[in-house]
Amino acid sequence: MSGHLSHPAGAEPLVRIARREGVGFWQKVLVRAAAVLLALVVDALFLFFVTGLNPLRVYGVMWGGTFANFTRFSWMLRDLSSLLCVGIALAPAFKMRFWNVGGEGQILIGGLVAALVMVQLGSSLPAPLLILAMGLGAVAAGALWGFVPAWFKARWNTNETLFTLMMNYVATSIVACAVNIMRGKNSALGTLNRASRAGWFPAIFGQRYTINIIVVLVLTFAMYAYLRWSKHGYEISVVGESENTARYAGINVRKVMLRTMLLSGGICGLCGFMLVAGRDQTISTATAGGRGFTAIIVAWLAKFNTFYMALISFLLVFLERGASEIASAYSLNEYGADIITGVILFFILGSEFFINYRLIIRGIHKEGR
Amino acid sequence: MNSSLVAWILRAVPFGTIIMYGAMGEILTEKSGNLNLGVPGIMYLGGFAGFASAYYYEKLAPHPNAVLCVLLSLLCALAASMLGGLIYAFLTVTLRANQNVTGLALTTFGMGVANFFGVYILNGATYSAAPLANKAYAAKLPVLSGLGTVGQVVFGYGFLVYAAIVIAVALHWFLTRTRAGLALRAVGENPATADAAGVNVTRHKYLATSIGAGLCGVGGLYYVLDYNQGIWSTTGQMEALGWLAVALVIFTTWKPLNAIWGAYLFGMLYWLYQFLPSILGLSISSAMTELVQMVPYVVTILVLIAVSLRRKKEDQPPAHLGLAYFREER
Repeated sequence: MSGHLSHPAGAEPLVRIARREGVGFWQKVLVRAAAVLLALVVDALFLFFVTGLNPLRVYGVMWGGTFANFTRFSWMLRDLSSLLCVGIALAPAFKMRFWNVGGEGQILIGGLVAALVMVQLGSSLPAPLLILAMGLGAVAAGALWGFVPAWFKARWNTNETLFTLMMNYVATSIVACAVNIMRGKNSALGTLNRASRAGWFPAIFGQRYTINIIVVLVLTFAMYAYLRWSKHGYEISVVGESENTARYAGINVRKVMLRTMLLSGGICGLCGFMLVAGRDQTISTATAGGRGFTAIIVAWLAKFNTFYMALISFLLVFLERGASEIASAYSLNEYGADIITGVILFFILGSEFFINYRLIIRGIHKEGR
Repeated sequence: MNSSLVAWILRAVPFGTIIMYGAMGEILTEKSGNLNLGVPGIMYLGGFAGFASAYYYEKLAPHPNAVLCVLLSLLCALAASMLGGLIYAFLTVTLRANQNVTGLALTTFGMGVANFFGVYILNGATYSAAPLANKAYAAKLPVLSGLGTVGQVVFGYGFLVYAAIVIAVALHWFLTRTRAGLALRAVGENPATADAAGVNVTRHKYLATSIGAGLCGVGGLYYVLDYNQGIWSTTGQMEALGWLAVALVIFTTWKPLNAIWGAYLFGMLYWLYQFLPSILGLSISSAMTELVQMVPYVVTILVLIAVSLRRKKEDQPPAHLGLAYFREER
C-alpha cells in the first residue's frame, strides 16, 4: 500500500470494493433470482456429469414432487409450515444478534413434553383440555430450553452460539432416554394413543396437519407485526444494532434478552407440540429432523422478514421434496437433495455481497457514489 | 490393571483422536477469527474422499501397495476437506457472508456430497470396505505394543493417533512461539490493528481456514479408515462427532495442548455408559445409558460457563471471532 502514493496509477488495485447504499427492491430481487438461477445451472451440470441424466427432465420430475397433485402440494405445505415455524421462532433472537442455534433441542424438548402429557393424561382429560395442556407444557419446556443460555448470556456474557448448540445434544439424550422408557419392551415406540386418538389434532380437510398450517400462517402475520410495529420489536432491533446504544437509551438489555429468548424457545416448543399432535403422533430423536439448523439459514437469508421466510422455506422444501421424487424416479439416493440445497445456499449467501457492495474496476471511473 | 478399564481406554483414545483432529483444525480456523460451523461437513468430505480413493485404488490396482494407499487417501482427504474450507473462506472472507450460516450450509453440503457418493459406491451393498487401507492405518507398533498392558494402552494404536499429538504440540509452538503465529492471533483478535501493522488479513484467514479444514478432514479419514475399520456406512455418526469437536475447542479454551488430554477425556466420557457400570459392578438400564451420553456436552457447557465467569484474558475466544473484516468500514 506504500506504493500507492508514489505511483498512483500503477498501484491502484485492479478491483476495488465499495459499499453500495440504497439498493432498490427490484435490484435485490434480480440479484437473488440470478443467484438461484446460477445455482440451478451448477446443479444441472452436477446432475448431468454424475448421473448422465438430462437435467431439464430431472428438474421436471422435481417440479412434480410439489405440484403433481393436491396431496403432494399439501405435503409440501405441511413441511413448509414446520420449517417456517422454527424460522419464525428464531427470527426475534437473531434480530437481537443472539445466535440461537438450539432450535433443534427446543423443538425436541417441547415435543417430548407434549408426548408425555398426551400419554399420561390421555385418558383422564377431555380433548380440548388435553390439547391445551400439551401445548402449554410444550411451550413452557421450549421456553425453558431457550431461557437457560439466555440467562447466562445476560448475566456473564457466556457465548450463546456454543451454549445453545450443546443444549441440542442434552435434549437429544433426554428424548432418547424417555423414548426408551416409554416403549418398554417393544422395539419401537410407534404411534401414541393409537386406540383412543387422545391428544391428536382433529382432521380438517382430511388432514390433521391442517391445524399446523393455520397456526403457522397466523404466527407469520403475528411475528411480522411484533417485530415491525410493537415496542418489544423496536427494543429488539436496537439491542441487535448496538447494546451500548440500547443501554444509553434506557432499554434494559438483560430483560429484552431473556424475554426474547423465552419467546423464541417457546415457539420452538410449540413447533415440537404441533409435530407430535398434528403430524407424527409419536416422538423420537429424529422429530426435529434438522429443522433447527435449516431454519437458521431461512431466518438469516430473509433478514427476519417472516414473509420472505415463507418464500425461502418454500424453496428449500420444494427442493427437498423434488429430490426425493428424483431419487425414487431414477433410483438415486435422497442425499442428492443436500448437495443441491447446499449449492443454492452458497450462491444465495454469496449474492448478498453484490447487493451490499459494488466492485470498481481500475480505469473505469464512474461519477457519484 | 482392571481389564475393562483397559478396554475403556482402548476405545477412548481412538475416539478422542477423531475429535482431536477436528478440534485442532477448528482452533487454527478460529484463531483467524473464523467460526466455522462446517466442521461436520468437512469431516464428511475428508472421510469420504479418503475412503473413496483407498477403495478404488485397492479395487483397480493389480498389486495395491499399502504405503501408496495411505499416501493417496491422505492426499485426497486433505484436498477434499481443504476445498471445503476454501469454499467457506471465499464466501466469508471475500464475499463477507455471515459465518454461522455459511458454516451450516457447508455442513449440509459436505454431508450431502459424502453420503450421495457414498451410497453410489455402496451400490446396493449394505457397506463397502477398504481392508488394505484399514490394515495400514490401524497397524500398531510391532514390538512396543506387545509389552503387556502398558504397551497395549500406550502403543496399541495406528500412526495417526501419534501424529495427532505431534501436530498438537507443533500447533502450540506455531501459535505461541513464531511470528506467523503471532500475526495469525492478531488477525483473530483485532484485524484492523493487524492490518495496520502490515499483516495480510485476507491471506491469513484463507490459509488458517483451509489448513484447519484439512486437519478436520484427517479426523474424518481416521474415523472411516481406522476407527470404523475401513467401512463406509451412511450414518449420521460423523455429524455428532463434528459437533463434539466444536465443543472440544471450547473445552480447550483455544489451546492445542489442552486438546490432547481433553480429547481423550471426551473419549472416556463418551464411552462412560458402556464401561463405568461394569467397573463399579452396577447394572443400569438401557434407558439410563442414553442419559449418560449427554455427559460430554454437559461438561462442555460447564466449562463454557466457568470460562465466562472467570473472565481470564487468556481463556477467552478470539475477540473478533465470527465477525467479517472490511478495511473500509470502521
